[in-house]
Amino acid sequence: MKKKLISVALVVMITCAALAGCGSEKTDSNNKLYVYNWGEYIDEDVIKEFEDETGIDVIYDMFENNEIMYAKLAQDTSAYDVICPSDYMIQKLIENDMVQPLNFDNIPNVKNIGQQYFETSKDFDPENKYSIPYCWGTVGILYNKTMVDDVVDSWDILWDEKYKGQILMQDSVRDAYMVALIKNGYSLNSKDPDEVSKATEDLIAQKPLVQAYVIDQVRDKMIGEEAALGVIYSGEAIYTARENPNLEYVVPKEGTNVWIDSWVITKGSKHVSNAEKWIDFMCRGDIALKNFEYITYSTPNTEAQENIEDEDIKNSKVAFPDLSTMNVEAYQYLGEETDKLYSNEWMKVKSAD
Amino acid sequence: MKKILERVYLALLLVFMYAPIIALIVLSFNSSKSRAKWGSFTLNWYIELFSDEAIASALVNTLSIAVLATILSTIIGTATCIAMIGLSSKFRSAITAVTNIPMINADIVTGISLMLLFRFLHLSSGFSTILLAHITFDIPFVMLSVLPRIKNLNFYVYEAALDLGATPVYGFFKTIFPDLVPGIISGALMAFTMSIDDFIITYFTKGSGFETVSTLIYNEVKRGIQPEIYALSAIIFVVVLVLLLVIDRAQNNIAREK
Amino acid sequence: MKLFKNSKTAPLIASPYLAWAVIFILVPLAMVFYYGLTDDQGGFTFENVATIAEYGYFKALIKSVNLALISTAICLVLAYPLGMILTSMKLTRNTYLVTLFILPMWMNFLLRTLTWMTLLEGKGVINAVLTFLHLPTINIINTPSAIVLGMVYNFLPFMILPIYNALSRIDDNVINAARDLGAGTFQTFLRIIFPLSLPGIISGITMVFIPALTTFAISSMLGGSKILLIGNIIEQQFTQLYDWHLGSGLSIVLMIFIILNMIVENITDTEGGTLA
Repeated sequence: MKKKLISVALVVMITCAALAGCGSEKTDSNNKLYVYNWGEYIDEDVIKEFEDETGIDVIYDMFENNEIMYAKLAQDTSAYDVICPSDYMIQKLIENDMVQPLNFDNIPNVKNIGQQYFETSKDFDPENKYSIPYCWGTVGILYNKTMVDDVVDSWDILWDEKYKGQILMQDSVRDAYMVALIKNGYSLNSKDPDEVSKATEDLIAQKPLVQAYVIDQVRDKMIGEEAALGVIYSGEAIYTARENPNLEYVVPKEGTNVWIDSWVITKGSKHVSNAEKWIDFMCRGDIALKNFEYITYSTPNTEAQENIEDEDIKNSKVAFPDLSTMNVEAYQYLGEETDKLYSNEWMKVKSAD
Repeated sequence: MKKILERVYLALLLVFMYAPIIALIVLSFNSSKSRAKWGSFTLNWYIELFSDEAIASALVNTLSIAVLATILSTIIGTATCIAMIGLSSKFRSAITAVTNIPMINADIVTGISLMLLFRFLHLSSGFSTILLAHITFDIPFVMLSVLPRIKNLNFYVYEAALDLGATPVYGFFKTIFPDLVPGIISGALMAFTMSIDDFIITYFTKGSGFETVSTLIYNEVKRGIQPEIYALSAIIFVVVLVLLLVIDRAQNNIAREK
Repeated sequence: MKLFKNSKTAPLIASPYLAWAVIFILVPLAMVFYYGLTDDQGGFTFENVATIAEYGYFKALIKSVNLALISTAICLVLAYPLGMILTSMKLTRNTYLVTLFILPMWMNFLLRTLTWMTLLEGKGVINAVLTFLHLPTINIINTPSAIVLGMVYNFLPFMILPIYNALSRIDDNVINAARDLGAGTFQTFLRIIFPLSLPGIISGITMVFIPALTTFAISSMLGGSKILLIGNIIEQQFTQLYDWHLGSGLSIVLMIFIILNMIVENITDTEGGTLA
């Protein structure tokens, strides 16, 4: 009997090992591309299509916020080939020499990207050398009309005792501070320690009202009516309203952050030409449209914009807001010292009761 | 009266341990995505689970790392235990002390320390780094279950075998080794379990594009749980249950034969 | 003991593991100390370790110790009677029953934690059932109670197993002898059973306390990122803040607790309580 047991164990192990062998065969090809993107930020069919068309094996990873992406990349800049961080983080990557200039000749579809987005990009990529916009939008409040009976037009509502345990805040340092800084009338790029510490105080005061600090979970929790109010990116507005008609997105009157997420190629990339093909593919009108229809984040791709079939969405103020009517500001990289200040203050908030 | 109280206590604890799992299994057949509403019965989540390549490759990764780590750590651990017979007591206690470190240390510290090492060596993270890490924390579990057997070994038969002309290696495998086998098997099972269940150390030593079941679930949780994961839990639970019953039965049979 | 005729054979067989242990156990640990005790420029500093006193980190440490102690105590209180009942049953089926109690250990750790997320959420399973029964709903997700619950659920088998092992090894004759000598049930327990099961208890406490103290997954999943434990702080130094020095410095603080635990364990030598 003992022998039987051993032989059973052996058979199991050998089968597993064989399975493992089969599994690893696929990854032997050298024609790979390591992509690092935000969670829920692409139509997965698009990845498949890219693989089918180019024969490149895509290894696709997702990050939750810019800081996580940076920590991962700083460990090893060759870990990924092409990544999609936000404006201020791209500036940080450029300043720390972690990304490489793009060769626009190999990315012909870049012509589809609206020129105004490159103008905006100059704030963080002054010569438009490193980045190509993928999505853009604002940050606002998503609320459930059946659960909130006040008028939602100000960040102040996130400090309203009435909604204790019903508020979802963003679990990323810049977005959380943005809310608190703007609420106080400060710039969201404030470098003044006093202003930042006032924001810290406010965030600590808000903490008992907050149900959870989340990022991608906001949308599922709001759809599932787990919470009444949530800080969310504008791109989720169309999707969430489609899934749950009680949800509405608002940009508070005090103003907000306008952001661009752009593709960049890492300094240590081992598959540069594949990365270029990827970016070019993402800039293609039909692909950008497909992505837009799936993730509903505003696309800077003019060809895709023109081809949106749903007239309501095409002319939607939520999907394509008129920034001139809003009080918006983009994030900037604040330098190492201020970065440290923010993260330490944020840890104070997170470890408070 | 006492008997009834005892039964009630056992039952309550079993409910505490299994009701959550049963709830997950029920949810895995719920057509509604909401956890609070029962839609209707569906096998959809299972179909989606089986067509999900990410989960399939995470499963393969988890199993292959666990199997390789188990085999290698069992060999290294057992060899070291045998060698300890012939080592001075100073040497022996030094080995025991070092071996205790990964067992007693917090997983998070072990994970971080290995990450620092791999970054320092510029090893690109992925399959190999996770495997190295798993072998490292598996070996102590193997040694822990083999060592007590070493202490109780009887060398007379071995010496008799040598006197009768057996070579030392042959004599060893014929006389001493069989006594170690139960310890080796339970050590290997322990190592396999630890490796499959590990999240923290894998989390810190994994690289880009490589997920095990644990890290995959952690990522999913951060993005919002999909009902596929309930289906995965249900399957894992049933597999574990069946495997354990089989092993249990086999062990009982061995005990009876003896 | 003449297994090894040649005095060099044994060290030779042990050498692969020795090399392994040095490279993958000692050197990495030394690196944690190196990073923890240096700054960006590589100069020696205590600052990283001392940072535990700032930004509310110390509060997080105290909170972690508290929650870990509470969870360990609950596990012990639940597991000890269970161990005694299981030992006293002495049924042929008893092995199945024991297996049943430690079976969840083989379910993936994250799945076990995720289970409680789906149960405890505001619109989760438990509240759905409570609403159906017209009972008041509970709201403990994202509170310390949820984290304690998650810890107890996850680590209970690690307490049950060593305690059951220790209890089942107590010779019945010893207990009968005590009874014959006139000891009552309570006295037998206090004088015989409890002392003999102590190694199992200590081993169980270590196996629950350390993972509970250092976890970051349970607190981030069941605490909604609202409750920061020391494990979360260390994890974030590496995964978000990119400060290896501070992360290592805080790990050194954490290791003080582990070493304390090790000393306790060594004093009370736990031969009977190991996992196997």
